[in-house]
Amino acid sequence: MSLENTSRRNTGDVLFHGAAVLAAALVLLLIAGIFTDLVRHSWLSITTFGPRFLWSGAWNPVTGEFGAASSLYGTFATTIIALVVAVPLSLLIALFLVEIAHPRLAGPVSGAIEILAAIPSIIYGMWGLFVFAPYLADHVQPALEALFGGIPWAGALFSGPPMGIGILPAGLILALMVLPFTTAVMRDVFGLVPRVLKESAAGMGSTTWEVFRNVMIPYGRKGLVGGIFLGLSRAIGETMAVTFVIGNDHRIAASLFASGNTIASTLANEFTEASDPLYLSALVELGLVLFVVTFLFQVAGHLWLRRLRGGAGGGR
Amino acid sequence: MKLAGARRRKAADWAVRIAASLGAAVGIVFLVWILWEVVSRGASALSWSFFTELPAPPGEAGGGLANAILGTVLISAGAGLLGVPAGIMAGIYLAEYGQGTRFGGLVGFMVNVMMGVPSIIAGLFVYTLIVVSLGHFSGYAGAVALALLMLPIVARTTADMMALVPDSLRESALALGAPRWRVIVQIVARSARSGLLTGILLAVARVSGETAPLLFTALNSPYWPHSFSGPTANLTVTIFNYAMSPYRSWQQAAWGASFVITAGVLAVSLLTRYILRRTT
Repeated sequence: MSLENTSRRNTGDVLFHGAAVLAAALVLLLIAGIFTDLVRHSWLSITTFGPRFLWSGAWNPVTGEFGAASSLYGTFATTIIALVVAVPLSLLIALFLVEIAHPRLAGPVSGAIEILAAIPSIIYGMWGLFVFAPYLADHVQPALEALFGGIPWAGALFSGPPMGIGILPAGLILALMVLPFTTAVMRDVFGLVPRVLKESAAGMGSTTWEVFRNVMIPYGRKGLVGGIFLGLSRAIGETMAVTFVIGNDHRIAASLFASGNTIASTLANEFTEASDPLYLSALVELGLVLFVVTFLFQVAGHLWLRRLRGGAGGGR
Repeated sequence: MKLAGARRRKAADWAVRIAASLGAAVGIVFLVWILWEVVSRGASALSWSFFTELPAPPGEAGGGLANAILGTVLISAGAGLLGVPAGIMAGIYLAEYGQGTRFGGLVGFMVNVMMGVPSIIAGLFVYTLIVVSLGHFSGYAGAVALALLMLPIVARTTADMMALVPDSLRESALALGAPRWRVIVQIVARSARSGLLTGILLAVARVSGETAPLLFTALNSPYWPHSFSGPTANLTVTIFNYAMSPYRSWQQAAWGASFVITAGVLAVSLLTRYILRRTT
């Protein structure tokens, strides 16, 4: 009786353990599978164009010439705009939440910012195309052109017809989408700064701003970098919101007002229309590039954050 | 001189305080702006027939998106059936078996990385894996693509929530002679159940509003989702198609669909928050 019981217990345990191991292995298998599958389906394009694919600006389904340059440019340009706007803004919001606002106010404000992350990206696209883009074209872009348009070199970035769609609007909407993530990381990082440190600085007569600049930012510096990394990889792969407002044009224009494309937006727009095998293969290779880039950023970001956690607290 | 310095420092402090408050206000203004547009433009597109009828041809009044609403619910449910068990088992592995092992460390790390894989890559992968080999778009493929996105979210929350359960609880159950798997299912999972539930809800909310993974898998369809093995209607791809169309009536319907999907996703997110707050 007792023997039978133990043997049955073992089968249950073995099965359950096996299922858990399988599910865990599935995670690794899927990541490896995504990589090999994308390589396999882009093989035609890889062998046809070679490494030239990465810097060629051609994108012509008729002549069968494809290159990733304009998509890579658009992807990085929109991501950089998103970070340039979102990082300082989320630093300010985190400062507000941790140091300035009354706890009663900080809770709801923090919750509201988090809701921004819950809104589906296609809603950002709808709002971006029908509401934000016309607003930008009427009010913001003319002002930017008047402000910066006269400056040599940099002025070219803010010139051209204000259409409301293009690289700049896509970057701004991405900034809004990245904001809740970077804000959450920064809020948590600043929350970890020991009270004693802040209070000693304040006791020496520092103002809130000086405590923030001289104590909290240096203390949380590394955590901030990790948060920026994660925000970055989120912005790079964002698809729908960008597809709605970027204009989907395969060229690299000097002006940020001009329309462009990102890897994700090109896939979303052209994939179901591509009938030619080389065209399809080139699109899959674009996807492969995107996968590899986000994978590397994610790995770097998580390794960085893990090292921080291992090294107790952050700090110097 | 000293006094002037103090005044300047005070002024700088005030300037930053004001800037930080404005920054928070900017975030909230955009949230309210987006929600306001979705509600005001979407509500006018909603009617009884919106929830009960098939789409009308462009330019014709009436019609609805009942097929797309049903399709989105079905695809999300299918994704849940695939993604939730796999995610929970992977999470159980991380929390109960793999701690401290090399394999466990690698899987835990890759779960985090997988959460950051762009959703369009999930769609592309499932396209090459399922759509190409079967030769046609299908609701199944859409469900698999969404399940790929759910898996790491469910696994991460499951692992984190089960790690919070004190070891003494496991040890007392084991000491009573319970087999390990029953300890995990009946003691650990049960005491972490609200945490597991939030993980599942979070994943459902995140995934049901996704568009990119469905573009090349479920595609879209103007008909009822009779069978899952053909292109299947869904709300998000419908929004994309309708918004890009030149017809005003379709753009109007896209706003209606936006309202429905936003309300659904936010309701689930807020429910998750409520559960979390009640239990912690």
